[in-house]
Amino acid sequence: MTNVWVFAQEAAGAPTTGTLELLTKARSLGTVTAFVGGDASGIAAALGEYGASKVYATGDLGGKLPGVAVSAAMKAVIDGGDSPDVILFPQNYEGRDVMSRLSVKLDRTVLTNNVDISVGDGVSVTTPIFGGNTLVTTKFSGSAPHLAAFRPKSFAAESAGGAAPEVVAAPVPELGATGGATVTAVHVEASSGPKLDEAAIVVSGGRGLGEADKYAMVEELAKLLKGAPGASRAIVDAGWVPYSYQVGQTGKVVKPGVYIAAGISGATQHMVGMKGSKNIIAINKDKEAPIFGIADLGIVGDVHKVLPKLIEALQARG
Amino acid sequence: MNVIVCVKQIPDPATPGALDAGTKTLKRDGKLILDESDSYGVEMALQLVDAAGGGEVSLVSMAPNGEVSGMRTALAMGAAKGVLVSDPALQGSDALTTAKVLAAAVNKLGGADLIIAATESSDGYTGTVPEQLAEVLGLPSVTFAKKVVVDGGSLKVDRQTEEGYDEVTCPLPALISVTAGVVEPRYPSFKGIMAAKSKPIDTVTAGDLGISPAGWAGAGQEIVDVAQAEARAAGEIVEDDGEGFNKIVAFLENLKVI
Repeated sequence: MTNVWVFAQEAAGAPTTGTLELLTKARSLGTVTAFVGGDASGIAAALGEYGASKVYATGDLGGKLPGVAVSAAMKAVIDGGDSPDVILFPQNYEGRDVMSRLSVKLDRTVLTNNVDISVGDGVSVTTPIFGGNTLVTTKFSGSAPHLAAFRPKSFAAESAGGAAPEVVAAPVPELGATGGATVTAVHVEASSGPKLDEAAIVVSGGRGLGEADKYAMVEELAKLLKGAPGASRAIVDAGWVPYSYQVGQTGKVVKPGVYIAAGISGATQHMVGMKGSKNIIAINKDKEAPIFGIADLGIVGDVHKVLPKLIEALQARG
Repeated sequence: MNVIVCVKQIPDPATPGALDAGTKTLKRDGKLILDESDSYGVEMALQLVDAAGGGEVSLVSMAPNGEVSGMRTALAMGAAKGVLVSDPALQGSDALTTAKVLAAAVNKLGGADLIIAATESSDGYTGTVPEQLAEVLGLPSVTFAKKVVVDGGSLKVDRQTEEGYDEVTCPLPALISVTAGVVEPRYPSFKGIMAAKSKPIDTVTAGDLGISPAGWAGAGQEIVDVAQAEARAAGEIVEDDGEGFNKIVAFLENLKVI
C-alpha cells in the first residue's frame, strides 16, 4: 500500500480548499497521513473526513516560518522510521518553502507546478508548460520519499465521510542558525465581495487599462455581476492593485463560470491562472493578442469605450 | 556589507519556447538575457550596499554554454564581479543540483552578509531554488520579500502572504527571495555598460567546485511523455463598432448570469 503524506494547511479554523483537494487525490493513491504545521486540534476531524487516517502536528510554530520549521519536523518523523512513498504539497508559498528545505534534508529532487499524479510503475506527475498547451509527464527515479507540488484546483475536493484520525505530535527539533527568522506581525489586507478563487464571475484588468484610476471600471463591473475583481501581474507589479488580486502562475488560479479579461494581452504567466474558466470573454485592442486564442467571445476594441457602455447597460437593467 | 545575487540567464521570453527533441527539456542554446525577475534582486542589492556605505555586489550564475551576456547586464547596473558555473554536464540539472552548484559558487566567493534571489525564474519557474540554497548553506531565509531594510546585524522584511503580508526579522547572514516590483530596477548607463566589459567573471566547471553528479545523471527524474493538451474550441471574435458591449450583454444573458 502506498504511504502518502499531504502537507495540510489551515485558514480560519478549517483546512484550506487546496488541502482538501490533495487529500481527495491522495486517498485514491494509498493510505493518507496529513502533516500539519501548527496545532491540529481544530481541523483533525475534517482532515479525517477527507481521507487522512493519521495526522502529524508540530504544535504552535512560535513565529518560525513554516519552510524551515515544518521540514525539520517532517525529517525527524522520517528519521524515526515512518517514511512515506510520496509527499504532496500545495503549489503556494508555504508548500514551496517546506518542500524546498525538505528536499535538501532528504537529498531528493522536487517536481513542481503539477496538475496530476499517478502511482503504479513508480510515481509520475504531469505538468503543463508553454501556457498549458503541452503536458509533460515526469517519473521520479531514485528512492522515496518523492516530493511533488500541485497547482490549486488540480483535483476536485470530495468528502469520504472518514472517521476522526489518530493525531500524533511531531515537534519541531532545534533549528540552529537556519531558524533565525521570526514573524513579528501579521497584516491581512481587507477585501470585500466574493473571494477571487471562489467567485462564479471574475473580471480582471491589465496594462491595457492605461492607468491605475481606470481599474475602478473593473471593480464596478465585477460588483454589478456579483463577481470578484482580478488583475494581471503587470498591474500588480506596477502597484495599481495589491498582490492578492493577481491571477496567474504566481497568483491565484481561478476557474469561474465566466472570466472577463479587460485590457489583458494574455501572457503565459496570466493564462495558466485562468484558462480553466468555463467561459472566457476578452476585450483588447490588439486583435493578435494571445488572449483571443482562448476566448469564447472576443471584442477587438478599446476597453475605455467598451467597459463604460457595458457598465451603463448593466446598470440600466437594475 | 557584501551581497551576492543569484542571476539566471534565460532565452528571451519574447521568443516562443521549444523543447529539445532528444532530452525533452527547454532549449536554452541561443543568446541568453538577464531574467527580468533577477533585475529586482540586483537593484535591491545595489541599494542595500549603498545604504550600508560600503561593500560590494557579486553575482553567481549557472549556464550550460558559457553565456555571459545576461551577467554583463547586471554588471552594467553596478555589480562588481561574478562567478559563472558553466559546464555541459549541467544540462538538465534539477532544482536541487542547481542549488548545490550555486551554494558552491557562493562559497567560492567567500560567502556574503546577504544572498538575494528572485522568487522564481521566468523560464523554468520551479520556485524552489532560493529556499534550497538557504538550506544547503545552512542559512535562515525570508522568502517572498516585498520590502527589505537592514538594521545593524539583522533584516526587517515585509513578506508577501496569501492574505496580506507578515513583518519578519532575521539575523544576518541570511538569504532572501524578492518579488517583482520590490524596487524599480535602474537602466544601465552607457558608462556602466562600458565598465561592465572589463569587470571580472570567473568561469568555472562543476568539477572545479567539486559537484558531481550533475545534469541528467543526478536529476532524480525522467521525462516519460510529452503530449498536446486539449485545445479550446475557437470562439467568436468581433471588431468593436461601438456596439461590442451588446455582444457581451447577450453572451451573459445566454449564460443566465444576468
